Amino acid sequence: MTRQHSSEPTGYVGQSVPRVEDERLLRGHGRYVDDIALPGTLEAAVLRSPHAHARITRLETAAARDLQGVHAVYTASDVAALKPLVNEAELRVPPGLAEKLEPLVRTLPMPLLAREKVVYAGQPVALVVADSRYLAEDALELVEIGYEPLPVVVDPERALEPGAPLVEESWQDNLALELETGVGAPDTAFREAAVVIEEEFAVHRHVPSPIETRGVLAAPGAYDGRLTVWANTQTPHRVRDHIAMSLAMPADDVHVVAVDVGGGFGQKGILYVEELLVPFAARALGRPVLWREDRNENLTAASHAREQTHRIALAADAEGRLLGLRDRILVNFGASTMTGLVVPYNSVIHLLGPYRVPHVDIAVRAALTHTTFTSPYRGAGRPEAVFAMERALDRLARRLGLEPSELRRRNLITPEEMPYRTGLLDRSGEKQEYDSGDFPELLRRAVDHIDLRGVRKRQSEAARSGDQRTGVGFAVYLEATGLGPFESARLTVRPNGQLRLAIGAPSQGQGHRTSMAQIAADAVGVPMESVDVLGGDTDAVPHGVGTIASRALVTAGNATHRAGLALRTRILDAAAERLGVPAEELSIDGTRVRHPGGAETALAALVADGAELSETAYFRPGGFTYASGAHAAVVDVDTRTGHVSIEKYVVVHDAGRIVNPVIAEGQITGGVAQGIAGALYEEMIYGPDGQPTTTTYMDYLLPTSSEIPDLHLDEIVTPSALNDLGVKGLGEGGAIAPQAVLTNAVEDALTPLGVVVRRGPLTPDRVRGRIREAQAVHSEQAAPVPS
Amino acid sequence: MKPGPFDYEAPASLTEAVRLLADQEREAKVLAGGQSLIPMLNMRLARPGLLVDITRVPELSGLYVDEAGHLHVGAAVRQAAAAAAPEVRAGWPLLAGAIAHIGHPQIRNRGTVCGSLVHHDPAAELPAASLALEARFTIVGPGGNRTVTAEDFFVSTFQTAVGPDEILTEVVFPPAPGDGWSFAEHVQRRGDFAAVGVAVALARRQNAMHRVRVVFCGAGPLPVRVPEAESALEGRPLDAEALEGATALAGAALDPPKDVHASAEWRREGAQTLLRQALTEAWERTA
Repeated sequence: MTRQHSSEPTGYVGQSVPRVEDERLLRGHGRYVDDIALPGTLEAAVLRSPHAHARITRLETAAARDLQGVHAVYTASDVAALKPLVNEAELRVPPGLAEKLEPLVRTLPMPLLAREKVVYAGQPVALVVADSRYLAEDALELVEIGYEPLPVVVDPERALEPGAPLVEESWQDNLALELETGVGAPDTAFREAAVVIEEEFAVHRHVPSPIETRGVLAAPGAYDGRLTVWANTQTPHRVRDHIAMSLAMPADDVHVVAVDVGGGFGQKGILYVEELLVPFAARALGRPVLWREDRNENLTAASHAREQTHRIALAADAEGRLLGLRDRILVNFGASTMTGLVVPYNSVIHLLGPYRVPHVDIAVRAALTHTTFTSPYRGAGRPEAVFAMERALDRLARRLGLEPSELRRRNLITPEEMPYRTGLLDRSGEKQEYDSGDFPELLRRAVDHIDLRGVRKRQSEAARSGDQRTGVGFAVYLEATGLGPFESARLTVRPNGQLRLAIGAPSQGQGHRTSMAQIAADAVGVPMESVDVLGGDTDAVPHGVGTIASRALVTAGNATHRAGLALRTRILDAAAERLGVPAEELSIDGTRVRHPGGAETALAALVADGAELSETAYFRPGGFTYASGAHAAVVDVDTRTGHVSIEKYVVVHDAGRIVNPVIAEGQITGGVAQGIAGALYEEMIYGPDGQPTTTTYMDYLLPTSSEIPDLHLDEIVTPSALNDLGVKGLGEGGAIAPQAVLTNAVEDALTPLGVVVRRGPLTPDRVRGRIREAQAVHSEQAAPVPS
Repeated sequence: MKPGPFDYEAPASLTEAVRLLADQEREAKVLAGGQSLIPMLNMRLARPGLLVDITRVPELSGLYVDEAGHLHVGAAVRQAAAAAAPEVRAGWPLLAGAIAHIGHPQIRNRGTVCGSLVHHDPAAELPAASLALEARFTIVGPGGNRTVTAEDFFVSTFQTAVGPDEILTEVVFPPAPGDGWSFAEHVQRRGDFAAVGVAVALARRQNAMHRVRVVFCGAGPLPVRVPEAESALEGRPLDAEALEGATALAGAALDPPKDVHASAEWRREGAQTLLRQALTEAWERTA
């Protein structure tokens, strides 16, 4: 639904301006990495390990090199001079956390190409560069390689047992991370509680699956020795700095472009070895080199996510007021320590969510296993935490005989308690503080929209033996958004009097060209048609972080706002000087500056003859903003087949001030779709031998629009006081709750049968299996005592 | 995901196609709609040295009903074309109904009926439908023509009676048993291969079932016909007792596989649920 927007040059923020990027993208004029055609481009293919754990006994590349059309075959010894990959920004432990929690955070640098050993199926072993991808893949088959298979561990619990096969030989175990934190006196709380429940819940492994797979095109400059790299990354400046460091080049000699990117979801938010290998090859060969990941590689060898187990306990008084929470979290890192604390600690600090929990004891461990490495994926530890907490709340409600939404209501933090401190430390190592929100109102609306009373009435009227069972589920969550340390915006008056905004945070589909132009146009006081937005080009703005962690609107948005206000002042001052009138009497009208007395000048004239008008602003968030939401769903479960169908799905969200409602709705819808996908369909499955078994979209079930229901969306707005725009960000929000909501709803439907659901996805086979087990237990209990 | 090198020929006659296929030095392989073969080439699971594209062979593009009332579907006939043909919809609605479950429109626009049969994924719809409709298969090779029944055509997963130097030129469907038909399957996503599915064909005479055919897909290395269930239903009306009896017999007869999508037990239960549904629908269609 597009809302009206006025033709006034101010007041764009808050309006559903149609996305200006869409016409170009929908007409097929997007320029993704694979669309960029440079003369003389060579294509690369990666030889990947077929084994989960093996010693390389032989590696002979002569036959591959001899194939006509092959330009190079690189193995570990060719890239020995390059530093192994470390995602340094993500692995840094903030001083506050390091000092107070003393976490164990081990770093395992990733070799660019496997040397001596491979530790997961899909690990790069060699890079072939040829005239075409076809020839490169032909050459992969000619690399003669011998493997001696070694013992494999894929289960993180087993990986931490003594004697488990090691992923890193120089470590004495597979423990990659360990920390413990808490609040109050949890032991006492649990001892004195009226009710204690304890459960184990698991979140399965996902693959983020952006529609555009990863890709890198690197081209050495003919004139200046610079290197231009088109990479579809979420963090172009980090990729630039990493390439520069690895290839020993000055950072400003590397130009990274990530302008049109087809989805990222976190999978493109980290650094990969291919982003170093391809530039290396381009420099070595003096030719442009392109590597485009195929879908099989994306599913098996780009980062995975989400796999966590929670042994969670809740203590409550007889009325259901929470007294304590204890959780033992185990994370499967896969074969490397890609982003260290990021995901596990995100789980820790989102576990309490919007609930008041006075006594807390949380411990988290992460294990290395012989599986593909993991990294943040839309939600980044939050869906996992919300799954554990919201499932535990439902179990507690059943124990107490309380309506699950009523139990939640009794424990939600109220607006009067804001800002609210949990007693934990946030990701920056500061005291975690929720800035704003109205969680009871979110829940009240969700209960209302889902028609809880109506669902309960239908359930009680339905025949208890019917094949179709209806259930309802809820989840309330919050999300720390606006991660620092900073983001940049540079706003410049162009020679034609229009403006160019360059920001450090690129778009992978979020619509920055529209939303950031709305912010800039309002701040400067020009029509948004005058503002052209460029994100993801490291030459356009010197520093940047990227579009990850629901941060772009908060950080780049506020940087844009500041740059806009500053540029407005600069423009008016320059015009005042030129026209000889006071600046405060001037107004900007389109591409002209006017004085009521009739004097006027074109913006273009202000930047002619050696004058420049440009402002660069940085926004360094002072604390995290907290977006929040309540989701509710009604499902029907066919007890004969285990098939789950979603009858209704409600989202009530709060992301503070909304810049563009239609873009926000798109973000939420996409996030919920991905959440539903993980709840019902998607799972990356490994065999005990470390072989991935769901390696194509025939087996890794990515849903289509046919599987995703219409959503019922509502919002409340509690603006953040932590930034001038009052925005919070909502990139990940939609994806956080669906797995908890749908699992709660399915269990609610099957409660009369005694079914408990402890992990997903809720495939027909899994749901039917739980029903069968519950029926077996019941019939056992009903069976006569043997004489 | 790029294929290895191969040669490509698009012969204009069946004779030429057969001659090209005889070149087994190059491991020649027939290409029709390419909906299974091309992905297998791209993943380098198939490595033919020569692709013989038969979609331009005029003799193979026919779809017609002969004087005896048998439906002929040539090797180059696309699934979408077969499902849309008035003679198919009128006389062999089970065939059209099965095709409706195959993939998505883009796949059915390219994929051929015969291609799906020769590829023989045991979870696919058309092998089960062709067995239920007692199709006969015309195979041409260097030694001439031969015809095999559906029972003999499907050998094992991805294997049929068609030899490497032969072409399935057409599949021939005798008149359908009667007006009763149903094709039902369990998929997690629209357009997927069935986790399990069933084709049912039957006739109604004097309020009783006759010529009942029950064939499952996704239940074994071959489409699985269940004669026990068929004969239990023969000659009686479809009432609750008949339905439960046939369902129990099918459950006992099936030995389905397990994979990442479903356990054997779930497939057996799912097959039984589908059979109840399909028999009911087929019987209601005859009313």
